[in-house]
Amino acid sequence: MTVVSSNPDRESLTMTIVCEFDATVDRVWQLWEDPRQLERWWGPPGWPATFERHEFEEGGASRYYMTGPEGERAGGWWRITAIDRPARLEFDDGFADESGEPTDEMPTMRMTVTLDGDDGRTRMTVLARFAAIDDLERVLEMGMEEGMKQALAQIDALL
Amino acid sequence: MVVGELEENEADLLFHALADRTRRDIMRRIGEREQSISALARQYEVSFAAIQKHVAVLERASLVTKRVRGREKLVSGNVDALRRASRLLARYERVWRHRDDSIIRILNESEERTEP
Repeated sequence: MTVVSSNPDRESLTMTIVCEFDATVDRVWQLWEDPRQLERWWGPPGWPATFERHEFEEGGASRYYMTGPEGERAGGWWRITAIDRPARLEFDDGFADESGEPTDEMPTMRMTVTLDGDDGRTRMTVLARFAAIDDLERVLEMGMEEGMKQALAQIDALL
Repeated sequence: MVVGELEENEADLLFHALADRTRRDIMRRIGEREQSISALARQYEVSFAAIQKHVAVLERASLVTKRVRGREKLVSGNVDALRRASRLLARYERVWRHRDDSIIRILNESEERTEP
């Protein structure tokens, strides 16, 4: 576990996660840049991601889908809004249909990733800003066991 | 940071509170409208004291709040958007912990490959 801090802010619907890795900044940057590496960690548990398009440049677009345990697909898109190799990456992330085309032009969340290197180690700070609480809930629907999902739905209904 | 741990304690209280049929029923009733403990107690075949205890468990899990009106204690539901946001952000944090684990696995692989 290398998550050094996490800071949820429920008023602004943001989450800041800081992780440290025993690797160079260039190496950690590759995890974002190379779609074959990215898809090995982007999807939530049980939902591996497949990036069919990944234009890693300012204004570039990505199209991906995640495959669930029953073979169901959940699509997503990225639009890269700023990139400063290998220190900073900003992109919007939104929901897409099964072919990866956006279902909504409005992003679900805005992500800002910064990498700071120090003597072969890298500190990665991820700031996720959600547009609305319902979007956050939808993001979390993936990767949850069916039973857990039902249990939570029941609790939500009760509340 | 112990954010995850705090959330776990909160989850323990929440799940314990909701693990009882009577307490879930109380949640449903006060979800409809605010009620006094005595009004609630009249709707069950258990004692006033038992209902009072159930309400206290729900209160500890931040599921309900009590306010005093005259000689009565009124109980109402306490689930607002902020509470929901905290819960969801805690779950989102877990998504990132999982990603972090996967990243470390990938980094370890490439390290092995570059070793002679």
